[in-house]
Amino acid sequence: MPVEIDIDHVAKLARLDLTAEEKERLRAQLGLILEYAAKVGEAAGADVPPSAYAIPRANVLRPDEPVPSLSREEVLANAPEREADRFKVPPIAEVG
Amino acid sequence: MAELCDLTAADLASKLRAGETSSTEVTESCLARVEAVDERVRAFLARTTELARERAAAADARIAAGDAPSTAGIPIALKDVLSTKDITTTCGSKILESYVPPFDCTPWARLAAAGSVLLGKTNCDEFAMGSSNENSAFGPVHNPWGLDTVPGGSSGGSAAAVAAGEAVWALGTDTGGSVRQPASLCGVVGLKPTYGLISRYGLIAFASSLDTVGTFTRSVRDAAILLSAIAGSDPMDATSLDRTVDDYAEGLDEGVSGLRVGVVKEAFGEGVQPGVRSSIQSALNRLSDMGASIEEASLPHADYALSAYYLIAPSEASSNLARYDGVRYGLRVPGRDSIEMMARTRGAGFGPEVKRRIMLGTYALSAGYYEAYYGQAQKVRTLIIRDYEKAFESFDVLVSPTSPTTAFRIGERADDPLAMYLSDVFTIPANLAGVPAVSIPSGLDEAGLPVGLQVTAPVLGEALVLRVAHALERELAFDAVPPLVAGLAA
Repeated sequence: MPVEIDIDHVAKLARLDLTAEEKERLRAQLGLILEYAAKVGEAAGADVPPSAYAIPRANVLRPDEPVPSLSREEVLANAPEREADRFKVPPIAEVG
Repeated sequence: MAELCDLTAADLASKLRAGETSSTEVTESCLARVEAVDERVRAFLARTTELARERAAAADARIAAGDAPSTAGIPIALKDVLSTKDITTTCGSKILESYVPPFDCTPWARLAAAGSVLLGKTNCDEFAMGSSNENSAFGPVHNPWGLDTVPGGSSGGSAAAVAAGEAVWALGTDTGGSVRQPASLCGVVGLKPTYGLISRYGLIAFASSLDTVGTFTRSVRDAAILLSAIAGSDPMDATSLDRTVDDYAEGLDEGVSGLRVGVVKEAFGEGVQPGVRSSIQSALNRLSDMGASIEEASLPHADYALSAYYLIAPSEASSNLARYDGVRYGLRVPGRDSIEMMARTRGAGFGPEVKRRIMLGTYALSAGYYEAYYGQAQKVRTLIIRDYEKAFESFDVLVSPTSPTTAFRIGERADDPLAMYLSDVFTIPANLAGVPAVSIPSGLDEAGLPVGLQVTAPVLGEALVLRVAHALERELAFDAVPPLVAGLAA
């Protein structure tokens, strides 16, 4: 059985505007893909530990020494909109 | 008569050192080939022609002064997910159409310091998500072996450029097969090294637990040379392995006598094209003739690898791609508030496959579903890792087809995501387990399209996969030329 998903809810979580036609297509496609992907449920029992990485490494630190970093100008060069030395964005609070 | 741009990097390096040619001549040869074919192939998104000429002249000066590593003066193309300072890097996406990175990725920084010549940035599936290069926002790439067929993906432009002589070699990235599968479909050598062997600093992230940088070359020796030039730990990438670099070209000629080769039985089931099956079988016979022992091997959980991959990779992608929010770089579509601006920007900037994977990943990570999907997929990854460990107790290397089919027609699988995903069914397990694998051409199918054979070894077994691939390459003597290139000489 294809998996039923709440497309509007997932699109909201993903901050992704979708057209009605995109939603319809995704509802059908994701339902089928998830039905197929759900096979993972039957493969591994509770005794199998998860692997986040194939070759795990932990606490990788480099020496705590200052090195040159990007200049403010370089960092801001790609900004869609800026004001002085800052990235400019529309109001953070929702506009009712 | 082959042009300079059709030679291997190893041959060109010895000619350069002997003074028989110059980097400038080699570079002009590549540029001329790009002029001649790229209108039809569409491998390049951006060409850096003037920069290439400058770098070639500088390389010639270094070579004349006797101060040049083996990669100096050899023209290369880079997949457009690899950041290049002051050169637009788009990831094949509208959302980064005008993004200009302020720094170089480490692999290119190392090659640049060694005198390499950058020809340009190659087309790819958007954010490296795809198996046909049809997901690029800037149009498909055409396979030099059949212009109405796909070059594979996601590194389709890099594979096609090397196959067509537009570049001597190229870099791509491999998250689920994105170097090996296009190498297979384009008849070139594609190497995906051990996870963490090549720094990913400056590689624009797709799925961080799987992403690797890989090489496209026209010989196994070239893959060894290029890998040696870019591998090794990097303080800028915390996942890079703490390891000094080997010279991977050493030991290439040691042959396969006495090696135990396992043939992955799960990779010969339904869905494998007869021409692929017979080509791999005849290559296995040659390996046996050369003194390797050939026996059936099993990766019992391989059937679940594709499912696990299509949960893990989209989950990580949905998180990595959250950074494209219209604030610091890339496209911005205005909105009344920041949330609306972000949603509109992402809706307008991402293509269908990227949206599909962001939605899939967001769902798989969302409250109530996390354990059943992402959690289970990570357990399956453990089973795949154990499968390889078990198989490598009995075998030195594993062999399979790289992909179930040769190049398919542009448009043929565009509306069927699952059929498209099946293209990577034999390459994905190596990404999940982090092991190295290489694809080499094993012959042509009945339609004259290249077949790829994949050799896999345990973690950090690069020398071994390259040695086996090199022995097989010499024995098979694959020297077919894409019709597009053959047509130029006529």
